Amino acid sequence: MILFGVIQPVMFVVLFTYVFGGSINIPGAPGGSASAYKEFLMAGIFAQTVTFATAGAGAGIADDMHKGLIDRFRSLPMARGAVLTGRTLADLVQTAVTLAVLALVALIVGWRTHENLGKVLAGFGLLLLLGYAFTWIGALIGLSVRTPEAATSGGLIWLFPLTFISNAFVPVNGMPRFLQYIAEWNPFSATVAAARELFGNTIEGVPKSVTGAWPMEHPVLASLIWSVIIIVAFRTLAVRKYRSAT
Amino acid sequence: MPGAIYAEGLVKTFGEVRALDGVDLDVPEGTVLGLLGPNGAGKTTAVRCLTTLLTPDSGRAFVAGIDVLKHPNEVRRSIGLSGQFAAVDEYLTGRENLQMVGQLYQMKAKEAKVRAGELLDRFNLADAADRPSKTYSGGMRRRLDLAAALVVSPPVMFMDEPTTGLDPRNRQQLWEVIEELVSGGTTLLLTTQYLEEADHLAHDICVVDHGRVIARGTADQLKARTGGERVEVVVHEREHIATASEVLRGLGKGEVTVAEHTRKLTVPVTGGAKLLAEVIRELDTRGIEIDDIGLRRPTLDDVFISLTGHVAALEDEDEGTKEAGK
Repeated sequence: MILFGVIQPVMFVVLFTYVFGGSINIPGAPGGSASAYKEFLMAGIFAQTVTFATAGAGAGIADDMHKGLIDRFRSLPMARGAVLTGRTLADLVQTAVTLAVLALVALIVGWRTHENLGKVLAGFGLLLLLGYAFTWIGALIGLSVRTPEAATSGGLIWLFPLTFISNAFVPVNGMPRFLQYIAEWNPFSATVAAARELFGNTIEGVPKSVTGAWPMEHPVLASLIWSVIIIVAFRTLAVRKYRSAT
Repeated sequence: MPGAIYAEGLVKTFGEVRALDGVDLDVPEGTVLGLLGPNGAGKTTAVRCLTTLLTPDSGRAFVAGIDVLKHPNEVRRSIGLSGQFAAVDEYLTGRENLQMVGQLYQMKAKEAKVRAGELLDRFNLADAADRPSKTYSGGMRRRLDLAAALVVSPPVMFMDEPTTGLDPRNRQQLWEVIEELVSGGTTLLLTTQYLEEADHLAHDICVVDHGRVIARGTADQLKARTGGERVEVVVHEREHIATASEVLRGLGKGEVTVAEHTRKLTVPVTGGAKLLAEVIRELDTRGIEIDDIGLRRPTLDDVFISLTGHVAALEDEDEGTKEAGK
């Protein structure tokens, strides 16, 4: 599980860096566009990786439902949120491990941070918070569908548009106007921008925002707010679903 | 004084399906109630309502004297549930599973450990105790699941089809465990599709179909309702049917049914073996040669067919779980 969880983002790092890296020109980037893209890209890959934990969380919970384990827990005198909280925290640990391995690979292919350790760690903190928020979405999906297979695909499908219509892989400048609005208000973009800022990976020639969206102007705060909103909303929904699970 | 498990007018609908359509139950303390019915009859839904997993649309229920709807968490302290699936964590060993459940019941870690050891011994799982439970056979998982339900020795137990899918040897073993449990004073509600199982384990039986209790009583009472004993005779020669029929009409207590092509005659009787001997003597006196004769008591299968008009075991296998899952 952990191994496969790591391989996919590592593949993304390698593919994006070497396949797309040479062709994607980031305007105004000093020191050659390939290395600039590498720096630009990593925050995006990291963020995408933490959101992919959604599928794992959902599949795990759907599996426990399917096998009757959730029924057992629900028939025990324990707090209603405990099973889900335990599950999501366990997934968070796994995400952290994946992220650590990924950062190591990124360093090997040439990614560098340009800020102090405190800021860099804060960047990883925001990424993990986003990942934690997304496992609650996964938990709700897992409780709503009947099978682990459905939870896996149901947990993944929407992540592709969510993570690609964003600032994660390319600057939003080149997108059609309406997509620029979506991308810049996308909660996912806020965390990408925040991590980029905290890692010192922003590129001078790329404006913070092209539509003047508030989250892009204040990415760190916006990332925090978005993640907290997602956690509160989806935790509430998931625990309610757990209570009345049939 | 209501029993250890008491339900009144339980109704639960899933969309169009009325899974429970006004179910009343009353199980005196220390007894076993068998909830007998085909798949999709509403057995699982009833268990889920009583174990706080589902909220009924209407009706009242008390378990161990506690209102299930008002104080579900107190109910959870007094019950053990063994569901249709062996609900054990596959990645944990048998021992870890039991310790975890013990600690979730708020036992101290050490206490939970001791209890887990006792249960593993009792359920013949000691040898496999430290293997991940995904390596267990179906029967072993079932036993582990049942052990998990017994961690705190709850006064009231619910078992939803505990022996479904087990081979005869494992079923026999599980029956012994259940009997031992009940002799210790536990109140048990057991659902089953196996008429034999209800006959063997339950003091009282409720036959359910389409979300309703269609008959209740002891196994003997239910059998008596179906018409009690009958004598069946198969005569050797077809021309003797008429005479034999006359004999049976004289000694029996009701109408004689005749199956012409199998030469089989059946009549309800009272008087058991003594009457059977009389029938044989009388037939012999009249010189009627017989191929077979016997005193038949109705089985619970007969009861089921006469009550519901269909055979219990021939229903779609998955209906029960699907219905419970909707």
